[in-house]
Amino acid sequence: MQGETRGGSVEISIEGLTKDYGDVRAVDGLTLEVSEAEVFGLLGPNGSGKTTTINCLTGTLKPTKGTLRVGEFDVQSQGEDARRIMGVSPQETAVYSYLTGKENVRLFGELYSVPRSLLGERVDYVMEKVGLTEDAGRRVSKYSGGMKRRVSIAMALVTDPRVVLLDEPTVGMDPQARRAVWDFIIELKDKGKTIVLTTHYMEEAEELCDEVGIIDHGRLIALGSPAELKVKSGAKDLEDVFIQLTGRRIREGA
Amino acid sequence: MKVARTLALAKKDWRRIIREPAFLFIIIVFPVMLTVAFGTSFGAVGGSQPSSLKVAVVTLGGNTTSSDKFGQDLRATGVVNVSYLADNKSAQSALSQGQLQAVVVLPSSFDASVRSFRAFPNEPGRWTNSTLSIYLDKGSAITAQVIPSIVQQVMTQGVLGVRPSQQALPLSVSTPAAVKVQGQSVFDSFAPGLFAFASIYMIMMVAQSFTAERENGLLNRILVTPATGADVVMGSVVSYLVIGLVQALLVFLCVYALGYHPVADASGVVVGFFIVTVFALCNIGFGLITAAISRSAGAATGISFIFLMPQLFLGTFVGASLSSTAQAAGRFLPAYYVTDALTSLFTRGASVTSQTVLTDLAVVSVSSVVILLVGVQVFKRFGNR
Repeated sequence: MQGETRGGSVEISIEGLTKDYGDVRAVDGLTLEVSEAEVFGLLGPNGSGKTTTINCLTGTLKPTKGTLRVGEFDVQSQGEDARRIMGVSPQETAVYSYLTGKENVRLFGELYSVPRSLLGERVDYVMEKVGLTEDAGRRVSKYSGGMKRRVSIAMALVTDPRVVLLDEPTVGMDPQARRAVWDFIIELKDKGKTIVLTTHYMEEAEELCDEVGIIDHGRLIALGSPAELKVKSGAKDLEDVFIQLTGRRIREGA
Repeated sequence: MKVARTLALAKKDWRRIIREPAFLFIIIVFPVMLTVAFGTSFGAVGGSQPSSLKVAVVTLGGNTTSSDKFGQDLRATGVVNVSYLADNKSAQSALSQGQLQAVVVLPSSFDASVRSFRAFPNEPGRWTNSTLSIYLDKGSAITAQVIPSIVQQVMTQGVLGVRPSQQALPLSVSTPAAVKVQGQSVFDSFAPGLFAFASIYMIMMVAQSFTAERENGLLNRILVTPATGADVVMGSVVSYLVIGLVQALLVFLCVYALGYHPVADASGVVVGFFIVTVFALCNIGFGLITAAISRSAGAATGISFIFLMPQLFLGTFVGASLSSTAQAAGRFLPAYYVTDALTSLFTRGASVTSQTVLTDLAVVSVSSVVILLVGVQVFKRFGNR
């Protein structure tokens, strides 16, 4: 089922994804593909369906309709295989406050069965990449919000996954930490990783993403590279693109 | 399910207990404090507590004038309640289950001995000699001190009608079987219940732990790794089984230091610890049910008392002070059987193969596994919404 896009073979495929919560339709017939070694940005205001889409990709949520594939695996029927090649940093900073930063990362390495001989090295590597080497031995309860988010990213990446899903990865980070995370994401892309990130920081999307999908009220309203979208809309930045498409600013909510 | 994942998750729970003061207090410090408080309040200060002594007389030769006289004289001392049993086996069973404090076995030649003595009081060669056997509750110091001397007195002065100083008699009393004298206090009757009492609070900890992880998104996060729900539950089972064992060990050390010295042999202690450890499964199950119906960790604390209180009041040492109806209700709770088994093993010195202990072990094991499985299913169905 693997197709080809401009970036190479398709690593993530979403077809006709619909997710209802009772009477509320959170995602409405979403179809998109993400190529191998591509950074794909899912943009949209709060409540637009970005996180629901990510949760359907991870298998946390069961779609009402549609199919999702990650790598060669169908998320619903081959969930465990699909999860094995994914690293996920969720929107909520889900970290164990009573563990140290390093212990959190190590735990997730163990859950992915990273060989013991490699695990220590991998933990040190990702902690360095998110700028937490010095604080690795401190309990997370003593961390700032931005530091917790960096640990969360390190937990997602300790396994060196093929596909990385980052839901609002840099919320609450100071500019320096955000820059370090951006550099790490670019490095991952250079290593051939496929990355999907959700964000409502337009500058983040412009800096990192090869392609973006703008989503509003659960529907994909624009798809293309940041440059293409700007040219097509005659806009100066992605924020402007969003305003032209929806008549609202992205931070005003869905 | 992988062992390495299970252990990684269990290790995380152990770190939480060591590092989070509330968990450390409830799981480790509280049982120790409780044991010390009870021990100092009801142990050394309480002293010996006299109780009504229930003694069974087993007449292997059937009821005779001599055996009736023996029973009447025994009853006339005013110290014991006498009942007659036809066979030694059922008497031993009742003794091991704590229904009796002592058993006196009159041999089949008892009546012949008495009659021969009365017929030829000065011709020992013509007597029919017999030996009375005495079996005592190992945990009862009073029984050990009182019963042999009463039996001796009733036999000589009552049945044979001679002075205690007379040397030669056709009847003798065997060395009381399995007697190990130890101080009996209120604490001695409470001590076995402390093991279950300490473990029951695990319900609250498991419930809080799962609801907090659900609230923080950690449960979902783990479930987007290759770890499965079964790994998560097994991680908790392993961690809390070890915690249950550590709790049992701590309580054991405390009660021992405070003067409660179990009369069980090594196998009895091992089986006792095993029962307490298996009981942890029941508490994990109730914890999961609590977590499934609680919206927050705070709510879980309150709701956990639905499962905590009945077990505490009806299933542990507290139950001994309650009405017969309340005590009967306790029989529907696994904690009751934990306490009963530990009392049989540690206080009464029952064998690990005795019917009481095996029944208690079976009830605790089956009910704990069933409650755990129900907890897993309920949490799976309602716990992660």
